[in-house]
Amino acid sequence: MSIRVRMFASLRERWQIDQVELKPEGIATVADVWRALTGETMTDRVLAAVNMEYARPETPVHEGDEVAFFPPVTGG
Amino acid sequence: MAVKLVHGFFDPWRWLLDHQKTRLSPGSYGATASFVGTMRDFNEGDRVEELFLEHYPGMTERELEKIVAEARDQWRFLDALIVHRVGEIRPGEPIVLVAVWSAHRGPAFDACRGIMEALKHRAPFWKKERCADGSRWVARNTDGY
Repeated sequence: MSIRVRMFASLRERWQIDQVELKPEGIATVADVWRALTGETMTDRVLAAVNMEYARPETPVHEGDEVAFFPPVTGG
Repeated sequence: MAVKLVHGFFDPWRWLLDHQKTRLSPGSYGATASFVGTMRDFNEGDRVEELFLEHYPGMTERELEKIVAEARDQWRFLDALIVHRVGEIRPGEPIVLVAVWSAHRGPAFDACRGIMEALKHRAPFWKKERCADGSRWVARNTDGY
């Protein structure tokens, strides 16, 4: 099993990633997923969710999880 | 309680009336408060020709349902309805409806405002504007006051 990662809106365009499967080796947290994909440290301009619940950089990530990254929301 | 995402034009007043007729019994509520957000044709000094509203299918609905449940715990209203557009939107078209029914006006007014503010801060939607000189993602919502 792997970790499914999704990006939305400006982040998807910036990193050219819509959806990708990631091997779980070496990945313990949301921040680890972000670093594995972008090579960067998460800033407060990047929001995250694990299994469709808001998450923080230190939130644990497990095999089979869906991790999403997106910019600040602008609905309504 | 109902949360609905819609593709394409919707008439918020029709939705409000239909919900009221089918989900509330006459005499049970004494107050209805509603908010309708409509697309402007200007933002940050530029004319906006079209808007694209992206969302996170599954999480967006879940977050909206959570917002309604938390608001109900706080304000004890009878019923609430959120309808939100996704996809392409033209200036002048409604984007969002929040309606709240309660016995008295206080909870209806307060919950309608509270749900709308929570939606603006938490619900996973992202606006991309198309202007004459290209497209741009909206960086943040205005504070609304």
